[in-house]
Amino acid sequence: MADVTYEEPYGDVLGEDSAGEDLYSGAYDTTEGRVYTVTGADWDSILAPPEGEKERVVVNMGPQHPSTHGVLRLILELEGETVTEARCGIGYLHTGIEKNLEYRTWTQAVAYVTRMDYLAPIANEAGYVLAVEKLLGIVDDVPERAQLVRIITLELNRIQSHLVCLATGGFEMGALTAMTNGFRDRELVLDLLEMITGLRMNHAFIRPGGVAQDIPEGGVAKIREVMRKLPNQLDGVPQLLVDNGIWKDRTSGVGYLDLAGCMALGVTGPVLRAAGLPYDVRKAQPYFGYEKFDFDVPTVDTCDVYGRFLVRLEEMNQSIRIVEQALDMLEPGPVMVADKKIAWPASLSIGGDGMGNSLDHIRHIMGESMEALIHHFKIVTEGFHVPAGQVYSVIEAPRGELGVHIVSDGGTRPYRVHFRDPSFNNLQATAAMCEGGQVADVIGAVASIDPVMGGVDR
Amino acid sequence: MSEIPQTSVEVVPVDTPTLPVVDVRKGMFGGGQSGDTSGYGGVVRRVEFPAPAQRPFGGYFDEIADELNAALADDGLSLDAAVEAVVVQADEITFHVRAEHLLAFVTRLRDEPSLRFEICTGVSGVHYPHMTGREFHAVWHFLSITHNRRIRVEVSAPADHPHVPSIVSIYPADDWHEREAFDMFGIVFDGHPGLTRILMPDDWVGFPQRKDYPLGGIPVEYKGATIPPPDQRRSYS
Repeated sequence: MADVTYEEPYGDVLGEDSAGEDLYSGAYDTTEGRVYTVTGADWDSILAPPEGEKERVVVNMGPQHPSTHGVLRLILELEGETVTEARCGIGYLHTGIEKNLEYRTWTQAVAYVTRMDYLAPIANEAGYVLAVEKLLGIVDDVPERAQLVRIITLELNRIQSHLVCLATGGFEMGALTAMTNGFRDRELVLDLLEMITGLRMNHAFIRPGGVAQDIPEGGVAKIREVMRKLPNQLDGVPQLLVDNGIWKDRTSGVGYLDLAGCMALGVTGPVLRAAGLPYDVRKAQPYFGYEKFDFDVPTVDTCDVYGRFLVRLEEMNQSIRIVEQALDMLEPGPVMVADKKIAWPASLSIGGDGMGNSLDHIRHIMGESMEALIHHFKIVTEGFHVPAGQVYSVIEAPRGELGVHIVSDGGTRPYRVHFRDPSFNNLQATAAMCEGGQVADVIGAVASIDPVMGGVDR
Repeated sequence: MSEIPQTSVEVVPVDTPTLPVVDVRKGMFGGGQSGDTSGYGGVVRRVEFPAPAQRPFGGYFDEIADELNAALADDGLSLDAAVEAVVVQADEITFHVRAEHLLAFVTRLRDEPSLRFEICTGVSGVHYPHMTGREFHAVWHFLSITHNRRIRVEVSAPADHPHVPSIVSIYPADDWHEREAFDMFGIVFDGHPGLTRILMPDDWVGFPQRKDYPLGGIPVEYKGATIPPPDQRRSYS
């Protein structure tokens, strides 16, 4: 084998102890002990079990295990069927979205952030756009109709995300009918999102200043129809599972994390509400006009997988309530901010040759106004400037509190965007929920956190 | 193009010398690759971050500052001693805390009943290569559910010694967030119980979100023309 020149992965920041000899099995000291990097070798060849200890059984669950909710790697140390230590290995879906954003305009970035937590694309967009609007100082200038359309899509998004959580969570624990029902009902909601935004997922729909498109003709009636139908459909899952002895045995008392644990680990969303605290950003620090809506924040105090299941079920019903109220409030009007220096200039329409910029707009810029053409070109290619500074926006995503930290250097591109994704944070609770339990309960505990690896790894 | 004298316009007032300057930009469009054809090449814009705020900060921010000042007195500190500057922007308050006082500051945030910031929602690294001596910033956000408040705490570190204190001992939730900031920026959080890479492979070389780390990508060829990778394309600022 040719000589391998070893470059210390962390540079010299960790001190002189960090130098290793082998590129693929380096080792360096941390305050917690020595850390080994093993690739393509057995543990045995690196180190023997510590003195006085029996041989450890370490099992890798994932990253390709069908029950780990995506490419999540769980490293479990077992004693028989009991988990003595549980650790998560993440990063398998890291795509550098935050870095990419620094090379796109403020508006283009929406198409990237929507791909982070791919089950809550609208929530990602909303969090990002809210931050941009705060920094621009146009939060109050966004038209009422745009805010309502945002809320409608956000809540539809929440319903479909919770349905996937119930469906895959049920599937992972053997309740196959929950999966077929969940995905069937989710399709109804995805059809609505497709009708409104043009896409089932990865919508890139919410833009700084408003939304990309108004709800199409006949859309409101269609949403109403589905909202009437949905409660009946959704009832199938509770009827199947809420009083189901097997389901209760599998979920009750499993994945226990009480309020103190949630606080220490920064856990938010349904997991926190299943620990009894009715904390919801939509109520505590309303955005987009959520304060005008009448809805409840469901809580239970069981602190377990079963409780989180109940909370999610009820949240879907509350989302339906919000959508219906938003539909009642809808008044005709613009869906993009009036400031032409920020607003996206064109709107889309369907022509004989597919979807494109609306013909009226093309006629205007190509045939009527040179200035409009210049303006269109400038704002699409160059974008708009956002004042220098930093801002943090928070919204209630389906999985908990989504925070977006944005830094602008006054330019047309973000200087730094950081997503505090709820699943990234909540996944830290895996060890607290799983250690001391059975291997089979790890599945339920992780499913109740509902991590979406696209959001965790970004 | 020919020289156009006396057209330099200082758009931003410069009577506040303490403002951290982000950049000085010339011309109308901020594109640097081609010559000026607009006639506005003489325009100079200074881009600056918001100036440090003076009392009153407004809203509940003054209350927080007073409580912090009183609480820090028990540590033999004061707000002025622990904090370099306070910035208020977009209804949000930022405390630029001196690194050596971060732990005392953050402990008070959590423990003081009148503050009670129960949750740390993570740390975000930022790299400012032009701020000599304070290139790396670690930005924490805290949430108080009891009082329904949020604040931001910012600590800076020089590039040749990118060390800041870890607050994992106070807020365990910050564990993965600090590992991510280390992974992406190489900010070393002293006192973290196991500071290893979290998103990138363990043997990765370099810190991807530093500004001097290229985005990468390959040129795209389409109908004979070549589009360079995103970080080499023309940009406006």
